[in-house]
Amino acid sequence: MSTPMHTQPISEAELSSAASNTPQPLPSRLSHTLRHPLIRPLAALALLLAIDFFVIPGFFRMEWKDGHLYGSLIDIVNRAAPLILTALGMTLVIATRGIDISVGAVVAISGTVIALLIGGNVEMHNGVPQYVSQIPMGWAIAAAMGAAILCGAWNGFLVATLGLQPIIATLILMVGGRGLAQLLTDGQIITVYYKPFFYLGSGYLFGLPFSLFIAIGVFLIVALLMRKTALGLFIQAVGINPVAARLAGIRTAALIFFVYIFCSACAGVAGLLISSNIKSADANNAGLLLELDAILAVTLGGTSLAGGKFSLVGSVIGALIIQTLTYTIYSMGVPPEVNMVVKSIVVFAVCLSQSPEFRHLWKRLFGASAQEKQ
Amino acid sequence: MKILRSSLASPYFTSLATVALLVLMFGMGSFAYTGFFSLQVILNLLIDNAFLLVIAIGMTFVILSGGIDLSVGSVLALTTMISAYLLQSWHWPPLLVIACVLLIGSCFGALMGALIHFFKLQAFIVTLAGMFLARGLCYLISINSITIDQPLYVELSQARLGILGAFISPSVVIAMLMLALAIYLAHYTRFGRAVYAIGGNEQSALLMGLPVGRTKVLVYAFSGFCAALAGVLFSFYMLSGYGLHAQGTELDAIAAVVIGGTLLSGGYGYVAGTLTGVLILGVIQTLIAFDGSLSSWWTKIVIGALLFIFCVAQRLMSMSAGGIGSASPVSKAA
Repeated sequence: MSTPMHTQPISEAELSSAASNTPQPLPSRLSHTLRHPLIRPLAALALLLAIDFFVIPGFFRMEWKDGHLYGSLIDIVNRAAPLILTALGMTLVIATRGIDISVGAVVAISGTVIALLIGGNVEMHNGVPQYVSQIPMGWAIAAAMGAAILCGAWNGFLVATLGLQPIIATLILMVGGRGLAQLLTDGQIITVYYKPFFYLGSGYLFGLPFSLFIAIGVFLIVALLMRKTALGLFIQAVGINPVAARLAGIRTAALIFFVYIFCSACAGVAGLLISSNIKSADANNAGLLLELDAILAVTLGGTSLAGGKFSLVGSVIGALIIQTLTYTIYSMGVPPEVNMVVKSIVVFAVCLSQSPEFRHLWKRLFGASAQEKQ
Repeated sequence: MKILRSSLASPYFTSLATVALLVLMFGMGSFAYTGFFSLQVILNLLIDNAFLLVIAIGMTFVILSGGIDLSVGSVLALTTMISAYLLQSWHWPPLLVIACVLLIGSCFGALMGALIHFFKLQAFIVTLAGMFLARGLCYLISINSITIDQPLYVELSQARLGILGAFISPSVVIAMLMLALAIYLAHYTRFGRAVYAIGGNEQSALLMGLPVGRTKVLVYAFSGFCAALAGVLFSFYMLSGYGLHAQGTELDAIAAVVIGGTLLSGGYGYVAGTLTGVLILGVIQTLIAFDGSLSSWWTKIVIGALLFIFCVAQRLMSMSAGGIGSASPVSKAA
């Protein structure tokens, strides 16, 4: 370093490699922490919450009423649960270099199946209306999940076995799946009257929304599978180089097949939550554009769309960012349609910040202006 | 056997299959429903789908170059919205409005193309954000539908050009001119050859010294232009601007391109095939309309099924041909 040849400023990469090799002094440890992949999404979420703190009165206030916890934050996590679930599935698909744009259709299908099976019968018994389900709720849930898993198997078959491009393979179900759901319901919205079913989407456990526990449960299972088994490593290997992964003895096709099944299963659970929450099945609108939100959540969380690098926690944070953003926009009295503009600008910003070319350009412009000052 | 194999592997095969399917579906309709077999029904396919054809033409170029453009449907909606606003609130002359929206559409596409090329972002995600942005901008102008009562627009929407005892609308003429231009561009110009080369293999195209960056930006600009032109045709058709116009059209356009025989991995296909793809989607809808008892969701199911059949056929063909588009199972995410 002290040779006279080295007159150029040291690049950032050199700095960071030097920092990781030598015992770290405090500032570099700080910069190391700042370079942690989760810092950016967390900072974005914190910024949003800070804005909410100033803009929305009583944003952080929580109330204990009728044995439930009430408050904006609770509301946000409750509504974010379906998105968190879909984003978790999507993360693994994207980690294998794939993409699943059929999750919205799967949400519609699973919601429709469960609403049809549980049914909306109101029967009068001695002048008292009683809500009955056509078949036991457990069976109905199993059937809806079965339908979602079938969808995933279909996607997995097309991608892993036939080798179609993921976006096209899942486009087929995206177009056809909603049609199938509409066929099942005859294009109508099916209302569900069966009380116990509502618990899924709007019930409370230990004072917290039940859907939150489902989301946390799925997250824990996936996170444990990824951390404690070799599965996470395999998925990364497939995402980084599918051919090399196959040559290294990973059963690539089977892995990809099951990743798509898992993604659809997650979407299926999200469909149950959504249809339970709105107490009906709406084949036209349930889960509409959910695939885009899920992809956005995954991207926001720092998962690379090129495959290989993924972060489950990041996707959860991404989903929370999207839901907080939506909540903020609604609460500020801005027309909800503006939401789309804001979302798109966020996507552009996130994508650009991930692009090495953009960072290079930024540094050049920024560096040039810094030199002018000197 | 050998002849069968070579014809299966021949580049024309999917396009031929599409034409055969189109004739078959139309024949079935003619047998099943009285009044189906007439020139006007065929021309109505064009009248109702002129805007889709124009969008699909732009999409064909994007897909040929190995990309994808999800923003076209919302650019169409934005175009109808801006046109309606400029005409109704600012009373601009119609030709100026049309020129203006075409320019906006092209710039929108070019910007996305620049992001995709210069910052190496994925086409899928950039155009997805573009889709959000364009739809959102529609609602910034107005949440409600704006009716257009400008005389020229009204006149164009009602104009009927006679042809062999039947009629077509001016939109069809514009769409056909656009198709002719696109066929010329794709198959007889340097630009077209560069598009095919980039779709075939971008690295090779770069090494051959083709202007990869310029071509990619131009392809997206062209797609944006087509989407805006489709928006103009759509506003002749609907005489209104609305943020919900043409929702999901990007998927119809992609479906039309795929059914028309263009390989989604890029580099291979015909622009003319896109016309047959659009006509097949149109025939499905006409069949459903003639039947009366079939509901609209059958359109989605049939399109999904057709997409499946064509994708699998493409895949099997490319596997037997060995060379073209034989991508690995997980080659491209977008």
